[in-house]
Amino acid sequence: MSISRRKFLGWMGAAGLATSFGGDRAQAASTKEFTGHPGSFGVLHDITRCVGCRSCEEACNTVNSLPRSAKPYTDESVLNKKRRLNSKEYTVVNKSVQKGSPLFLKIQCNHCLEPACASVCFVDAFEKLPNGAVVYDASVCVGCRYCMMACPFEVPTYEYDDPYTPEVVKCTLCAPRLEKGQLPGCVESCPTESLIFGKRDDLLKVARARIEKYPERYVDHIYGEHEMGGTNWLYLSGVPFKDIGMREDLGNMPAPALTSGALHVVPMVVSLWPVFLAGMYGMAKRRNKIAAEEKEKAVAIAVEQAESKAAETLSQAMEKAKKEKENILRRMERTRKKAAEKGLAKSSETKSEEGA
Amino acid sequence: MSEQKNSPAQGMAGVASRFMKDDNDKFSPLATLTVIILVVGTILTILRFTQGLGAVTNLSDTHPWGMWIGFDLMCGVALAAGGYTTSAACYLFGMKKYHSAVRPAILTAFLGYAVVVVSLLYDVGRPDRLILAYPFIVQQGTTSLLFEVGLCVLLYLTVLFLEFTPIPLEWLGLRKARNIAVKLTLVLTIFGVVLSTLHQSSLGALFLIAPSKLHPLWYSPYLAVFFFVSSIAAGLSMVIFEGTLSHKALHHRMGKEYLEEHPPLVLGYAKAAALVLFGYFMVKVVGITADNNWHLLPTPYGIWFLVELLGFVALPCLLFAVGSRNNDVGLIKFSAVWTIIGIVLNRLNISMIAFNYHLPLEERYVPSWMEIALSIFMVTCLILVFRFIVTRMPVFDEHPDFRETHE
Repeated sequence: MSISRRKFLGWMGAAGLATSFGGDRAQAASTKEFTGHPGSFGVLHDITRCVGCRSCEEACNTVNSLPRSAKPYTDESVLNKKRRLNSKEYTVVNKSVQKGSPLFLKIQCNHCLEPACASVCFVDAFEKLPNGAVVYDASVCVGCRYCMMACPFEVPTYEYDDPYTPEVVKCTLCAPRLEKGQLPGCVESCPTESLIFGKRDDLLKVARARIEKYPERYVDHIYGEHEMGGTNWLYLSGVPFKDIGMREDLGNMPAPALTSGALHVVPMVVSLWPVFLAGMYGMAKRRNKIAAEEKEKAVAIAVEQAESKAAETLSQAMEKAKKEKENILRRMERTRKKAAEKGLAKSSETKSEEGA
Repeated sequence: MSEQKNSPAQGMAGVASRFMKDDNDKFSPLATLTVIILVVGTILTILRFTQGLGAVTNLSDTHPWGMWIGFDLMCGVALAAGGYTTSAACYLFGMKKYHSAVRPAILTAFLGYAVVVVSLLYDVGRPDRLILAYPFIVQQGTTSLLFEVGLCVLLYLTVLFLEFTPIPLEWLGLRKARNIAVKLTLVLTIFGVVLSTLHQSSLGALFLIAPSKLHPLWYSPYLAVFFFVSSIAAGLSMVIFEGTLSHKALHHRMGKEYLEEHPPLVLGYAKAAALVLFGYFMVKVVGITADNNWHLLPTPYGIWFLVELLGFVALPCLLFAVGSRNNDVGLIKFSAVWTIIGIVLNRLNISMIAFNYHLPLEERYVPSWMEIALSIFMVTCLILVFRFIVTRMPVFDEHPDFRETHE
């Protein structure tokens, strides 16, 4: 159970360093604020302009070579049921009826400025590109699906039915097309300009201008400007966003900030826990040692006391015995003398009697 | 005792028959059930790896984590906490009287973590890449708490394996290797506690990223603390519970040291569990207060939360305290089982029941029978391997050749 202290501390130090070198983005100093890559692109979805034609869905399906859906994209009955993103569709349009008139909301990845999916991926499979797109690298994905747990917009989906090479599926902001100077498929196909593409900063200005110009038409809120630290996909609406199924309770904190505290504690535990535990071990050992020593001492004292007491008793007994012996001797002497005197007297008496 | 002298070869030969049969060499109902579980489990395993996750699970895009994460991983790790708590108590905190409990606890922990890892291979989409340790070798996602959990579990599994090695080495009679392994005890114990602290707490911290999905009563910035503290209570309770179970089935295998030390250990652990549960209760209350979630208590979820907090934290805390005060072993054992149920409930609440609480009922996740069957299959395999090892190797008793050589 013994181990060189130096070696031990060395190991612990190495472990601590390894852990503390690990952090980057999520452990950045808390006063720093990331407001997106400068000049990154985004899309502004003006919900008031959407007519629910599903052209975007079809275009998305085509440009991304996704499996063709069974029903034609012109079939509006699809809209009667609320749909969620799935592993065969990067985007879907949902209809909701507000005050008698239908409203259409297109959903897809919002391309967060600081994406939750990227911060939680333990193989770093997600990347926020400088152009604004959040892209996924299927070649390293282990399929833990933590990205799906983490995404506040419930965007990433999974190919559960593929037994051997399932992948996470989500909108890429058409990053490959952006590289070629093309627009995202959905934006290109939108007939009503409900979707417009541009630099995020410019889109924010456009959105603000629209709100200012038509205050009766829009609610004074650009969804995505601050939600979860901001997203590259922005929304304008005529009704409160929560009424059309968008969550307004997500807060403005970027996702990595939620876990940075827990991550910060890790190197502290690695560094200080061994010290505490070694201390506990040392104290326990010392306590046992002291207890053993005290026991030993107590035993020694007890033995010594017993011995001296015994010796004393012995010497007292010896003394007493000696005295008694002397007494006896003296008494015997006296008896003998008496007897002798008596005998002498008796013999002289007999002699005198004999003589008489 | 006689079985101990079996050579490993003999032992191996008897494995198959012994696994299937009870001590009377007859097929008992329990053995029949075991065989059924193993057969069904094997079929489902083939199904999972040939037809995909979709064929056996109810997992969905909204509920990407199900039974195998919520139960196998979350509960498995928490209930395997007996390993680090017992070895820390014995080797670090100087409670040498608990020495005989260390080996069963380490063995349980090792097998528990092995089951966790095997379950993860079922759960992830690309188990081949998990085996090849992609997150550690190919690309490191260091900002992920899952990265930390994975690394700690991997390292801790290694630590547990090394802590466990003296057992088979004694069995095999390899004295030199065994002595080296025993010399590592102290440093392994410290590593074990550090790694356990980290990943036990980080399992809770995994959910920090999803405040919008986990019900506010369960979500807390203190999730990591909750998971760590409750894992200690789970570990203590598991050692008490498992000792009781083992006593019934394996009394003949138990050495004098184990049998003598077990009753005071139960008492000591009960006291510790009462204290830890009290602390856990307090930090949970702090959690509600910090987020000012009191107003959520008179809601259906709030009542469910109170059931967990009062019924499965405060109550066993009190029962442990009463049990240890009155030296009532029966009550202590009951409290241990109650605590274990409570911890399982807590982990299931966080990963499944209170997760995605905002969704309508029809969109919620309920595990498929196949997911549950595979979880049962995992637990059964664990018990069988545990039984195989403790009936042959020096776990509950000391090996006659190595008696008195331990520190």
